[in-house]
Amino acid sequence: MTRNPQLTAEGELKHLLTIEGLPCEMILRILDTAAPFASVAEREVKKVPLLRGKSVFNLFFENSTRTRTTFEIAAKRLSADVINLNINTSSANKGERLLDTVDNLAAMQADMFVIRHASSGAPHLIAQHLAATGCDHIHVVNAGDGRHAHPTQGLLDMYTIRHYKRDFSQLTVAIVGDVLHSRVARSQIHALTTLGVPEVRVIAPKTLLPSGIERLGVRVFHAIDDGLRGVDVVMTLRLQNERMQGALLPSTEEYFKAYGLTQERLALAKPDAIVMHPGPMNRGVEIDSAVADGRQAVILPQVTFGIAVRMAVMAMLGGT
Amino acid sequence: MPLPDAEILCAQLAELIRPRLAANTVLVGIHTGGVWVAERLRELLGLTQPSGALDISFYRDDYHQRGLHARPQASQMPFEVEGAHIILVDDVLYTGRTIRAAMNEIFDYGRPARIDLAVLADRGGRELPIAARFCPHSLTLPAGQMLALEHSAAGRLVFRLTEA
Repeated sequence: MTRNPQLTAEGELKHLLTIEGLPCEMILRILDTAAPFASVAEREVKKVPLLRGKSVFNLFFENSTRTRTTFEIAAKRLSADVINLNINTSSANKGERLLDTVDNLAAMQADMFVIRHASSGAPHLIAQHLAATGCDHIHVVNAGDGRHAHPTQGLLDMYTIRHYKRDFSQLTVAIVGDVLHSRVARSQIHALTTLGVPEVRVIAPKTLLPSGIERLGVRVFHAIDDGLRGVDVVMTLRLQNERMQGALLPSTEEYFKAYGLTQERLALAKPDAIVMHPGPMNRGVEIDSAVADGRQAVILPQVTFGIAVRMAVMAMLGGT
Repeated sequence: MPLPDAEILCAQLAELIRPRLAANTVLVGIHTGGVWVAERLRELLGLTQPSGALDISFYRDDYHQRGLHARPQASQMPFEVEGAHIILVDDVLYTGRTIRAAMNEIFDYGRPARIDLAVLADRGGRELPIAARFCPHSLTLPAGQMLALEHSAAGRLVFRLTEA
């Protein structure tokens, strides 16, 4: 059996590449560690000295504002120096150039890479490359790779659910929307099933579901009204317009009619159900404004919790 | 060597502190033992102000050697730190590194008027220029031994000596 490349020989977190395969105990430890970091934000000085003198490089090969910003805030609240690089991926021969970039940044005494890349597996490749080139003191955090994983989003979603629902063991959670293109959905599903959520549902048209999704331990619904009935948590996904290739959908209007989360549909869930969205939202496509701004929405708290969760992850990595 | 009775030391520590109490005095315990002692002192001294509690995991100077503590707690400072007379409370004073970390953390909440240190026992072995103002008991222990407070099943505070 090969060792999980994210963990050290002692079982400590070395990189965060994906939630898949992380032990339940490790996920809970990250969530527990995030809680005191959340309280740091309520103080006069919103900083702790853990990563003082360390350099965190945000390597974004794909656009993002919110994720990059929250990683930047998290690293700065840990007292790290943060260098943001938005790297154009349009050039040919990407694989070679990617590792050249990594070698150059390693030579600048980087301590941590936060990586977003359009290709699934890029952060994994970089972590392997660092190990092979004697730079395995550098930690890698996956900030979203292709359709594969967005582990810190999955973790902050779990933190949010635990904040409002306390316990995972009795919950029914529905993930609604474009699962096919969504790395967020994959990370959510792995996190929810690892934490022992008894029923995880995915709700989407056939064209927006990867084949074999049931094997991840989820119940599939094609009709949103059936899927939302009695759920505790509704996790909406962004319709990934920029990732759409070919005719998966007739139009965004049609999509809203069939799968948009409206107040009427939300009424089918439990009265105290919470509504989540990883952002950025397409109002009137996957979610109605009345729901997005409604009393059950916890979309802005998700953003705030995301900073604490990213602080926890970086602080745990930085100490191994 | 018999270990001192922690409950008796709490009572003695309270009497050392009592003459120094001022209107702006607050107690701040350091996790975990110091929080228990601060709670005892608050009862013994009849203070109405809630005590603070510090978990110094985010301020430890050995983070880069030992990593982040497995289950850090949120620190709580339920009062205005600016201008306060803080009595920092811990169970055992040893190297002084915990106290330094705690002082660093306190200043991220504000600028106190004064910080005093109160501990049940000073076991020697200081690595930093830090001394307790209030300390009812001193002893000398070899570096391999750890002296720490525990909560007994009966709810009493008891000292326990372990080999590191």
